[in-house]
Amino acid sequence: MNTKNTRKQNQGRLAMWTLSWTASTALVAFGPKFLWNESTGPTLLALLLNVGIGVGMILANRRLFEGLDELERKIHLEALALTMGLTLIVGIAYSLLDSTNIIPWDAEISFLVIFMGLCYLAALVLNQRRYR
Amino acid sequence: MRAEKRWTQEDLALEVGVSRQTINAIEKEKFDPSLPTAFRIARLFDLPIEKVFDYEDE
Repeated sequence: MNTKNTRKQNQGRLAMWTLSWTASTALVAFGPKFLWNESTGPTLLALLLNVGIGVGMILANRRLFEGLDELERKIHLEALALTMGLTLIVGIAYSLLDSTNIIPWDAEISFLVIFMGLCYLAALVLNQRRYR
Repeated sequence: MRAEKRWTQEDLALEVGVSRQTINAIEKEKFDPSLPTAFRIARLFDLPIEKVFDYEDE
């Protein structure tokens, strides 16, 4: 059974992978313009690095989940289910707003990423309160 | 039952290998533990599982 220390280690690992993934995403987004003059080779390499680190982040998240107890897993799974459902519905609705020209700007994926994060956070807080 | 043994929720959580929040939720009947956890708790109190937990149809 995992101790608090193991959990802290797992959280630390996930934080490290997440930070690395964010940094590698920034590298892919800004590197072509500011670092290597729009050259395709380095962009593809940076993208491969980004995907590789992304896989590491997913594995670190799974490891963190495996260290949770049954109630904590339930809380996270319910939050994930709610986030997935809401992201699907809101994402499609947002995309339709764009394709039907109801909104004058393009529907950006970044909106969905922020929405997912906030939704997961809110669902976690609500669920934590429910089982307090 | 826990109070009789003078254990805190944290003590019991450590022994069972779950979080204090989980012990609290079980005691408040907000969460049904898994069978392994239920057996571990019963074993800690040296009682058969049916003396510690009872099942009611919802």
